[in-house]
Amino acid sequence: MRIALFVTCVNDTMAPGTGRAVLRVLERLGHEVTFPAGQTCCGQMHFNTGYQRECVPLVRKFVDDFADAEVVVSPSASCVAMVRDHHRRVAEVAGDRGLTEAVAHTAPRVYEFSELLVDVLGETDVGARFPHRVTYHPTCHGLRMLGLGDRPQALLRAVRGLDLVDLGGAHECCGFGGTFALKNADVSVAMGRDKVRQVLATGAEVLTAADNSCLLHVGGLLSRARSGVRVMHYAEILAAGDRS
Amino acid sequence: MSGATWLGMPAFPEAARTALADEQLQANLRTATTTIRAKREAVVAERADWEHLRAAGAAIKDRTLRHLDRYLLRFEEQATAAGAVVHWARDAAEANRIVVDLVRAADADEVIKVKSMVTQEIDLNAALAAAGITAYETDLAELIVQLGDDLPSHILVPAIHRNRSQIRDIFRREMPDAPDDLTDDPAALAAAARRHLRRKFLTARVAVSGANFAVAESGALVVVESEGNGRMCLTLPEVLISVVGIEKLVPTWADLEVMLQLLPRSSTGERMNPYTSTWRGVHPGDGPREVHVVLLDNGRTDVLADDVGRQALRCIRCSACLNVCPVYERTGGHAYGSPYPGPIGAILTPQLRGMRDDPVAASLPYASTLCGACYEACPVRIDIPAALVHLRARAVDATRGPLSPERTVMRAAAWTLAGPRRLAAAQRLAALAGALLGRRGRIGRLPGPLAAWTRTRDTPVPPGQSFRTWWRRNRRGTAE
Ligand code: SF4
Repeated sequence: MRIALFVTCVNDTMAPGTGRAVLRVLERLGHEVTFPAGQTCCGQMHFNTGYQRECVPLVRKFVDDFADAEVVVSPSASCVAMVRDHHRRVAEVAGDRGLTEAVAHTAPRVYEFSELLVDVLGETDVGARFPHRVTYHPTCHGLRMLGLGDRPQALLRAVRGLDLVDLGGAHECCGFGGTFALKNADVSVAMGRDKVRQVLATGAEVLTAADNSCLLHVGGLLSRARSGVRVMHYAEILAAGDRS
Repeated sequence: MSGATWLGMPAFPEAARTALADEQLQANLRTATTTIRAKREAVVAERADWEHLRAAGAAIKDRTLRHLDRYLLRFEEQATAAGAVVHWARDAAEANRIVVDLVRAADADEVIKVKSMVTQEIDLNAALAAAGITAYETDLAELIVQLGDDLPSHILVPAIHRNRSQIRDIFRREMPDAPDDLTDDPAALAAAARRHLRRKFLTARVAVSGANFAVAESGALVVVESEGNGRMCLTLPEVLISVVGIEKLVPTWADLEVMLQLLPRSSTGERMNPYTSTWRGVHPGDGPREVHVVLLDNGRTDVLADDVGRQALRCIRCSACLNVCPVYERTGGHAYGSPYPGPIGAILTPQLRGMRDDPVAASLPYASTLCGACYEACPVRIDIPAALVHLRARAVDATRGPLSPERTVMRAAAWTLAGPRRLAAAQRLAALAGALLGRRGRIGRLPGPLAAWTRTRDTPVPPGQSFRTWWRRNRRGTAE
């Protein structure tokens, strides 16, 4: 299958390894991956902070960039949720019928990485090997907006050598919340520290999730606490082992 | 007795900081919310049709709101036919004036009160006090708040921020007839409150209540409670005055049946609450001789006019969204600066009060991580995250014009993200800045606007090569 990668602006800038990991897994499974070069951002930060008008050109750009793609994959649950649940609203706000139609065409073909693997490609064992103790935090947008359910854990459980341990209070928000982390920094950090406590209680070496933005927040706290726990997008775990 | 006020409270982030520093408060909130969450989850799990019930509850409320004019008139007609007097109040001042006049006409200088959110909203007790009328709260938690000259911090349990020993201290200090050897045993505390209130029940001639529901087809009001003190107020006095928000209507008794399945499970985590009182007009020789209903707008029709915000009017005040909210759990209710705390307060207060000249109300749509736990729990499926985001846009649009630092950043980001070349240039800059600021791959504390992030969290140095650069260098020639 020919799959277009929407890497997202955060991954592009802060975690390019996650994009390369998606690429490696899909190519290992025999698929062709393209990277529409004009892509930038889904508009989530603007939309969620209240800058809906500023968001309109970003949505317009997104539907243009991916107009020809048959299937789009993205390693960010919150960006996929933005596309699926909110791009239509942005088009409504813009009062642009053509954009509404373009969104209706594009949005249903955008998948979060685990949705693509499990639902579209029918794969749970992607041939990875990662001999470490890992715990998975289901980020809120993946959990409640996309309803990812058990898909990421199913993929992780099939990884050779991986010891997946349950995270206590897993369904609780880590406190990131985009600009919430700055506007309400104290509450954000209080929530993040509770998440850190739960992570440390698992004894895991690696904390993984479907959103690098949440991992930047929890990982930042783990690092400041000199905890020694690493954070990794689960795509990077699924990519491990074929060459290393 | 009612000196405590919401006026002059700081905006949410600052109020939250104060709450986070209060360890006792943190412990009280955590214990209370954890307990009630578990109870709610257990009774909700018993119902295989829970999702259908939620959908039905939302549909009933939406239908009511769509034809609210019709149902209100129907209610008035039916209630009047049954002997009640219906009053219409545009805002808090009008409602308070109506109630004060009615109490004066009854020649009373005190009233007993059934727990009600709407009389908190209009600050009725203060208006009564200004008119020389003393209001006695009869709900146990509301009484604790009133005696402690405090403010409510939860819809269902207004004194949730207090623990048993704090309550005992308040009773000993403020309740004239509290026994000297009062302990913090819940039964002893309840008994002391009961003794204190009994005399009031038997002597007060006027009672004031709200209502959980108003049934349009029959003109009946409904109050749902746990303690039975509400029923005392509803039956013993001669005059009963009920202040009812216009969104409390349900069309029929059959619709009420759905709501009565949703409310107790979501609220106290019970299959059914101990006392459900319904009354309709006046019945000679039985109950109050005069029954008044004050139908209150106070901003609700403005909420109704907003296509996304109006779902807040479905709310049945169960408080499930507060109990599951990770932000509320840490800040408590006072930080929300109004009697409506937590997620529902964050979407209701800005709409009822407006955001333009009210910095507290304008800060509330941002008092959430948008985690969605509230939406998942809400028995009438209010999409609180969607409403929050919508209200953020209204807050931003209300202040368009002056260039704030945030607006500058947002505009610059939108400009950068408008094209891949601009983004690539910004990424090179970020990598350069990271290389200058970072140590061993990490960026530590930074001054200025980035301090809010870096004071507590390390940041990895942005990699020297973005994904798009890597792709260009390694995959050029591949179909793009
Ligand atoms: S918004 Fe929903 S969950 Fe919150 S109090 Fe209202 S009905 Fe209950």
